[in-house]
Amino acid sequence: MSQPIIKAENLIKSFKSGSSELVVLKGLDLSVSAGEFLAITGRSGSGKSTMLYQLGLLDRPTSGTIEIEGLDVGKLSDEERTRFRLNELGYVFQDYALLPELSAFENVLLPLLMQGLTKLAAGEKAKLALEKIGLSSRFNNLPSQLSGGEQQRVSIARAIAHEPKIIFADEPTANLDAETAKVVLDAFLSLNADGQTIVMVTHEPEYAALTHRIVHLAEGIIEEDGKNH
Amino acid sequence: MLKQRHNFFTEWWQAAGVGWFLAVRQIRRASFTTTGLIIFVMTLTFLNLVVVSGILVGLLQGSTDAYVKTYSGDILISTLPKKTYIENSQGIISIAKNLPWTKSLSARYIESGSLEAGYKTRTNFRDDPNTAGGQVVGIDPVAEAETTDLPSKIVEGTYLTKSDTDSILIGANMLKKYLPIDAPGLSLLENVNVGDKVRLTIGGGVTLDARGGSIVTGGGGETKEFTVKGIVKSKTDIDQRIFMLDSSLRPLIGRGDYNVDEIAIRLKPGADPLAAKAALIKAGAGQTARIQTWQESLPKFLKDIQDTFAFLGNVMGSISLVVAAITVFIVIFINAITRRKFIGILKGIGIEGKAIEVAYVIQSIFYAITGIAIGMVIVFFFLKPYFAAHPIDFPFSDGILVAEIPGTFIRALILLIATLIAGYIPAKLVVRQNTLDSILGR
Repeated sequence: MSQPIIKAENLIKSFKSGSSELVVLKGLDLSVSAGEFLAITGRSGSGKSTMLYQLGLLDRPTSGTIEIEGLDVGKLSDEERTRFRLNELGYVFQDYALLPELSAFENVLLPLLMQGLTKLAAGEKAKLALEKIGLSSRFNNLPSQLSGGEQQRVSIARAIAHEPKIIFADEPTANLDAETAKVVLDAFLSLNADGQTIVMVTHEPEYAALTHRIVHLAEGIIEEDGKNH
Repeated sequence: MLKQRHNFFTEWWQAAGVGWFLAVRQIRRASFTTTGLIIFVMTLTFLNLVVVSGILVGLLQGSTDAYVKTYSGDILISTLPKKTYIENSQGIISIAKNLPWTKSLSARYIESGSLEAGYKTRTNFRDDPNTAGGQVVGIDPVAEAETTDLPSKIVEGTYLTKSDTDSILIGANMLKKYLPIDAPGLSLLENVNVGDKVRLTIGGGVTLDARGGSIVTGGGGETKEFTVKGIVKSKTDIDQRIFMLDSSLRPLIGRGDYNVDEIAIRLKPGADPLAAKAALIKAGAGQTARIQTWQESLPKFLKDIQDTFAFLGNVMGSISLVVAAITVFIVIFINAITRRKFIGILKGIGIEGKAIEVAYVIQSIFYAITGIAIGMVIVFFFLKPYFAAHPIDFPFSDGILVAEIPGTFIRALILLIATLIAGYIPAKLVVRQNTLDSILGR
């Protein structure tokens, strides 16, 4: 594997609730190599989603540092983090998180337009991403007109269209039946085979087993960090 | 520095483009009922802003219009203080007629007088006579009709002709059936109809009470019997007047010199009353008469009411504006709050806050412009023509809807700016929230 694309050191995340403080991440160290497909597993409340949000710049850790390609992202302003997410990261959420009033094509197109691409160039990229994920026949359908699996694939197309350095996926198969989940995982495996770095949270051991490496969390600490193959 | 400025504008341009992209789709694919309801509220708000103050101003406008159309014309020439008539009246009339702007003029003789009815059937002379006082006005009926709308204000009977030497028109405020007020000292004619005979006494020290009714305080001039040819009702001071031919009044008041008391001048369309007034003064007419534009001649109470109503209109307009801004704020805030999760997702995938704000501002502008446009159509194509054809019947005027295009556009612009701000603030508030909290609904 090549040099780390993500490097997190002594990551702590706590939430205050009145006078009490709940520490969810208790000083984690983690590095992810470029091109790696990493699964973060653990029971509910183990801190796996919280960890993903910190690594994916959706939240700020209470303390600790995160570097992405050598850049200390903790020093970025909110605006810079938004721009960083737009250009460098891709997200796949558990509940797909598609905008209901935009068609499949428009959902994928939107971040590309925000990047400043022309409509034509953005359209080409969005089309390619949807074709890559096998949804070329559902361009103009609204999310409400798509099945759960199709919506998740649109979500993946949106995440990959702008060719991000890393894709973060938060339990992408949790709402899908086994057959559809396999289609989604195949899509991830195919992307990873092309060199895409993917960090995926899952509680399904059989899906985690398909990745390069499994990081198992328990009560806010890494209990196990092992390679699959 | 130049590069930074370029980046700033480029970023905003991109944000505006994405905001537009989002707004168009959110509007197009929103619930028709919800969108319709928001636009309906905006339309009502705009109507509230324009129509309420427009009716208030229109009440007075109706009164002012009636004053100009039935009494003053565009220029009113009257006697100087402490003079009983306009000296050299014929010279002034000649100057006025020769002005390039003059369309027509009406020279009037005015004297106080009183009317008595039922004198032929009166049996008990200890009872008060059936009398009412007012201003007796001698007119050339053709010139008056060319200058004012007096003929159109005849509510019973017909207008005078040049042969009606023994006929008069009576103002409605001299008749009990048109002014059903019982007040101590107020004397109104009872049971007088078109075709009845009445006795006119010139002079008599008539005074007017606050409600426009007359109080007869004495008699003692020339007396002559006339036939009532018509009743005049205009909701102006002329409702307290008795109109007759100038040729019939002159001998009664001994005005053989043809000096009149009042000259109303109607100007050609588009002519400036101030310019006409200046020309009259320059020609020397101001030495023996008071020359005023219609605005200057308005009674002070009318000007005061006008100012008061304009003030009230502005106050109500301001309140409407605040209500409109709050309405839009609530609508956009609820819209943004219910879509908080999606706003979080947008930020999560890298859509900048300003693009999301632009999307909400564009939606606000859409609601405002559509509501205003529908409101404009209602005002200019339905309400204004309707009130022009069917004025609101107020006791002192026929109220119309005053909604001039420039003023209405200014109100529309103010509403648009208020909407823009009211739409921006809630969007900003929601966009500023923590991205992850928004996504997770925390």
